[in-house]
Amino acid sequence: MSDILPAGTPAPDFTLPVTPDQKLSLKDLRGRPVVLAFYPADWSPVCGDQMGLYNEVLSEFQKYGAELVGISVDGPWCHDAFAQARGFHFPLLADFEPKGKVAREYGVYREGDGISERALFVIDKDGKIAWSYRSPIAINPGADGILDALEKLPK
Amino acid sequence: MTQLRTPVGPEDHAQGNTTAGCTLVEYGDYECPHCGRAYPIVKRVQEHFGDKLLFVYRNFPLMRSHPNAEPAAETAEFAATQGKFWEMHDLLFEKQDRLGRRLYEELAGEIGIDPVALGDALDGGRFTDRVRADFTGGVRSGVNGTPTFFINGQRHDGPFDYPALVGAINAALANV
Repeated sequence: MSDILPAGTPAPDFTLPVTPDQKLSLKDLRGRPVVLAFYPADWSPVCGDQMGLYNEVLSEFQKYGAELVGISVDGPWCHDAFAQARGFHFPLLADFEPKGKVAREYGVYREGDGISERALFVIDKDGKIAWSYRSPIAINPGADGILDALEKLPK
Repeated sequence: MTQLRTPVGPEDHAQGNTTAGCTLVEYGDYECPHCGRAYPIVKRVQEHFGDKLLFVYRNFPLMRSHPNAEPAAETAEFAATQGKFWEMHDLLFEKQDRLGRRLYEELAGEIGIDPVALGDALDGGRFTDRVRADFTGGVRSGVNGTPTFFINGQRHDGPFDYPALVGAINAALANV
């Protein structure tokens, strides 16, 4: 049973591939709120799945100046194809090598299955976790918890 | 427990008994095949519960995946101003494989509302704000895809096949 990092914890920094030949570090995003959405896998076959939903509501996150980043253990080429197919306007990070390392650091890796949980983190502009939530793996948590947390951040 | 943030009110499109023990709210997208599948199921559910149920439909167009969803939603909102919301809502789901401007004007003619006025309303974005307001209200309420159902204000997280919806509504009625 993983222990999701609670609010108040500094968000562990990481550097992961964001495209097949570029990397993104969490500290590059310091200075604005960051929404980190861990999800199990690319390509789930429903419309309005979690990443698709967040793509639809990006403008709501942007009202708070927040940056959205998706993370799964899929590799960067898989993310590339998925993001292109679905027209995503936010980055997907590949927690691919070492597999699930960042998910483990955030306490959201499912050891038996080899995927990350559906877990959300809102990180404030100073790099501290302001809110975190683990959703049951079969339930898309939606965006309401994220937006409530963003609203509560000091301006 | 994810709760509906925008209570059902007089601005909503509601069918059934306004004092019913159970209110079923659907956030839907006219171009979404899952909503297409849910459409006849909801009809059966409404028939089954009769005046024990109030059904409310709100818009949640997934604009980036479904380019026709927003104009279809606005078409139904236009029809609402002519007292024909449900007729248009039903026809849009029944013909969701043909969504597009030509269909909307055809359906308008079919139900006796002015297709030219509809065209003007669509071109002028007259109902864009209304549809967007449904959408953002849905996002704040925890809508997580389409269709998303709320039963007495609580998001229904199970399947939406007929037995599942009937079971969930019965449970809600038992708690009233």
